[in-house]
Amino acid sequence: MTLPDIDTSSVLLTLKLASVTVLLLLLVGTPIAWWLAHTRSRLKGPIGAVVALPIVLPPTVLGFYLLVLLGPHGAIGKLTQAAGLGLLPFSFAGLVLGSVLYSLPFVVQPLQNAFEAIGPRPLEVAASLRAGPWDRFLSVAVPLARPGFVTATVLGFAHTVGEFGLVLMIGGNIPGKTRVMSVDIYNHVEAFEYAQAHWLAGGMLAFSFIILLILYSFNAKPRAF
Amino acid sequence: MRSMPGLNCTRVMAVAGRGVISLVCLIGMLGAAPAAEVQVAVAANFAGPFEKIAADFAAETGHKAVFAVGATGKFYAQIKNGAPFEVLLAADDETPKKLVAESEGVAGSQFTYAKGKLVLWSAQPGVVDDKGTVLARNGFAHIAVCDPKLAPYGLAAEQALKASKLYDTLKPKFVTAESIAQAYQFVASGNAEVGFVALSQVAVPGKPQQGSYWIVPTNLYEPIQQDAVLLKKGETNPAASALLQYLKGDKARAVIRSYGYEL
Repeated sequence: MTLPDIDTSSVLLTLKLASVTVLLLLLVGTPIAWWLAHTRSRLKGPIGAVVALPIVLPPTVLGFYLLVLLGPHGAIGKLTQAAGLGLLPFSFAGLVLGSVLYSLPFVVQPLQNAFEAIGPRPLEVAASLRAGPWDRFLSVAVPLARPGFVTATVLGFAHTVGEFGLVLMIGGNIPGKTRVMSVDIYNHVEAFEYAQAHWLAGGMLAFSFIILLILYSFNAKPRAF
Repeated sequence: MRSMPGLNCTRVMAVAGRGVISLVCLIGMLGAAPAAEVQVAVAANFAGPFEKIAADFAAETGHKAVFAVGATGKFYAQIKNGAPFEVLLAADDETPKKLVAESEGVAGSQFTYAKGKLVLWSAQPGVVDDKGTVLARNGFAHIAVCDPKLAPYGLAAEQALKASKLYDTLKPKFVTAESIAQAYQFVASGNAEVGFVALSQVAVPGKPQQGSYWIVPTNLYEPIQQDAVLLKKGETNPAASALLQYLKGDKARAVIRSYGYEL
């Protein structure tokens, strides 16, 4: 069987998008998760609900709002233009922004659960041993929340790889810039190019299975405590 | 009344109970013309006129045309995979021809219902002049074009740009839409400054013209001959053949012309 003419740029682009998105999500999601896990504020409910919205909403809703908001007549679009950044739709940066919003709950929620599971005791003990807040976070909370970080990273990455509706709406299908694997597969199927679609879809299936296998094998290990 | 006898009967029965009235209704339903439903796949550029035509068709015949709008190439793939469409109104003549050759379409049913026109459009007034010089000036960041593999208007746009020797310079600015409807939306939302769409989308009768457009000279691209074809699934459906017949009639042709198509 000969390999059909496949544009590997969509594969690389997908991996790049998912990696950048997960890195940003860990940076943004960790403080949010930490706050949600520890706050007694009345805002906990509303903020938690906003973070969870992308789980419930169809990606097309997110795509539609982003297209309007990021466009030349939208509030964010005017802002990015004034800042000299141009418009975000049809750009890699636009996809990253969309993916961060779209995958946010898949990173925040495992982290929040992990932080909550630690409970106040270990942190109190560390505090009584004169560990500062940063020290407590980095040498007590993060190691204890390690399974949460692994789950968050894997889910955030995998969810971004599987993203479709949003990219279709704000991406513009530009090779090398916004044509990710899921959109590429869709186009091949729509154009009746099943050979190419099979290669990409099969690859994605194997990839997703391996990711989940790693995740479940890792989390199945007995906890140390 | 005539178009929805079933609905009226249910309502009357619910109010007045069973008995004589339901018998009257039953007789009424048997007596009415057998209204049927036809599943139509409509090329995206023809969505506007078809909505009007379907309404007129329902009013005149009692048949209901249920339609899906999309790119012709996508419909081809869907039909090959058993989609329940009974009539295809394509944006080209190649796809119906291919479907007939592959026994998905009924031989002898194919005819041209419209000839499409390609336009370069901007949602802003004054951006596109009547010679399309904006293309050569290259003064934009994005140009919306639909996928030539899926949409005949995308193919026409590609041909026009190649004939004008602008294809290679403008290629990096392409944003590819999956159908002409998405190309229209990219331009209408202002995310692409200009884009190739169908004249029928920007010259809607009864609506004020929005933005600016240039009707691309027809010598720059192969004619967009839009053909209709009866599909195998609709061969025995009276509503399907009635719709195709209706499309050839004067009233439908007047609607088609009013959207800027030639016939």
